[in-house]
Amino acid sequence: MAFEESEVRYVAALARLSLTDEEIHRFSTQLKQILSYVDKLNQLKTDDISPTSHGIPMQNVFRKDEVIPSLDVEKALSNAPAREGPFFLVPRVIEDA
Amino acid sequence: MPDESLTSHPAHALTNLLRRGKCSPLQATTAYLDRIQALNPKLQALISVDEERAKNRASALLRADAERLPLYGVPVIVKANICTEGFEANCGSNILSGFHPPYHATVVERLERAGAVVLGMANMDEFAFGSSCETSCKGPTRNPWDLDRIPGGSSGGSAAAIAADLGAAALGSDTGGSIRQPAAMCSVVGLKPTYGRVSRYGLIAFASSLDQIGPLTKDVEDSALFMEVIAGLDSHDSTSADVKVPTYRAALRRPIGGMTVGVPKEYFIGGLDPEVERAMKQALAALKGLGVQFKDVSLPHTEYAVPTYYIAATAEASSNLARFDGVRYGRRVPSGNLQEMFENTRGEGFGAEAKRRIILGTYVLSRGYYDAYYAKALKVRTLIRQDFEKVFETCRAIVTPTAPTPAFRLGEKLDDPLSMYLSDIFTISVNLAGVPALSLPCGFTQAGLPIGMQLIAPAFGEETLFHLGSAYEQATDWHLRKPAAVAS
Repeated sequence: MAFEESEVRYVAALARLSLTDEEIHRFSTQLKQILSYVDKLNQLKTDDISPTSHGIPMQNVFRKDEVIPSLDVEKALSNAPAREGPFFLVPRVIEDA
Repeated sequence: MPDESLTSHPAHALTNLLRRGKCSPLQATTAYLDRIQALNPKLQALISVDEERAKNRASALLRADAERLPLYGVPVIVKANICTEGFEANCGSNILSGFHPPYHATVVERLERAGAVVLGMANMDEFAFGSSCETSCKGPTRNPWDLDRIPGGSSGGSAAAIAADLGAAALGSDTGGSIRQPAAMCSVVGLKPTYGRVSRYGLIAFASSLDQIGPLTKDVEDSALFMEVIAGLDSHDSTSADVKVPTYRAALRRPIGGMTVGVPKEYFIGGLDPEVERAMKQALAALKGLGVQFKDVSLPHTEYAVPTYYIAATAEASSNLARFDGVRYGRRVPSGNLQEMFENTRGEGFGAEAKRRIILGTYVLSRGYYDAYYAKALKVRTLIRQDFEKVFETCRAIVTPTAPTPAFRLGEKLDDPLSMYLSDIFTISVNLAGVPALSLPCGFTQAGLPIGMQLIAPAFGEETLFHLGSAYEQATDWHLRKPAAVAS
């Protein structure tokens, strides 16, 4: 299986991850090797097998729709790299008209 | 009493001494803090310690009712991916450097309520991605049995700390072997509980369908004791199971004669280190001497576990790591616009293994590849789970080596991700199947490196692991040996 540098760039963009040219080159080589290893799974016929997404059978859990105490705003903001009042502050998203 | 005698005890023995007034919680905590100060610079097992907080907690225990606190005065260490208010829980990653969780994980809450004293946070592979504890932004942890070797990973700091008596017990997390493999390589007892057995509220997520928190301890009794405290339903974690928590210690020191245990042939072939194989043969002979009946069994899809895991786990990781974007916590790299801020924060904040897994995980979930990789892996996961179900129809437990080799040298596999991934070959299936497994010391190589044995039980069968593990431990003394490299 190929994992060309162009694919690493494409996937990195999807993942919002900036990579250096050196990283792109190295990951392309290493991921090629890893993908050819995981291709081993194609030896197995799985048409009639249902998928397992959790090891133990689980179902959705509901709770009563009640107001209970939660983290207060100051605590929730205590690790914020930038804040303004009770909000997390980020660079402007919408330009002025 | 001299302080070293305090730090060598397992938690259950220490808390009994404290209850009988042989020493105070503050003396026990201070003895451990002194040892951390002396030895941690060599080992780098802990990445943050708060002496003042620990001493205050220990002093406050003097006013508590010792009889009602199962971990009265027990000094503990918590892996740096488990939120502990007052400490830096940075997950071994630059992107979370300076992150001080604003709340306790449920497990930490339960430990403190039971009388435990948190000393500090343990080093780990970045975001628990690794098998050697070398990918931490704080630098590698060293194995107390040989300082040139890795302690295993990702809970390598937790395992090294307990092996070197820097804490009475530690918490780790296990997604593909991250508690058991370092436990084996450092000669401590490590438990990966059943999926859902222990609340994960406050555990910084890696792969949510696989992660479990569990104890790393000096003996099997402590493992049972800690599980009585941390296991059970939690309204903050919808994946925690509504299954009664037994009194696990009732399973200790009972005869095991007549118990049928499966020996899977796929775990005893090529690639197994000859010294590990020899130790396992001796361990099986010891169990046989106690009356265990062995049965040759097969887990035929074993060879597919590693590829299945590295698809499922990286897919989930790439999704879980999306939350680290410089907006709400951790580092932010200031940039002109939001998109660049995300990309630069993540590009500078994550280390190489985290980036590699984000790329692989995003790829297997992306359009055009989802069915070929991710959907396929989930189907193979069913086959792996069914392998275990079939064996457990006729066996109470399964026994295997925990890792194919003893601890390797620092740097040996760091640039060869595939070879690093293969060091988890015997532990990964257990996470995919959701079942519990215990690693316990079962010998040493001629060079003095620890070897671990893994016991596996059906879902919610932790009692069987303690029953079997305690019988083996009573008959052997591997767990009592201490590493010479950190002898004071």
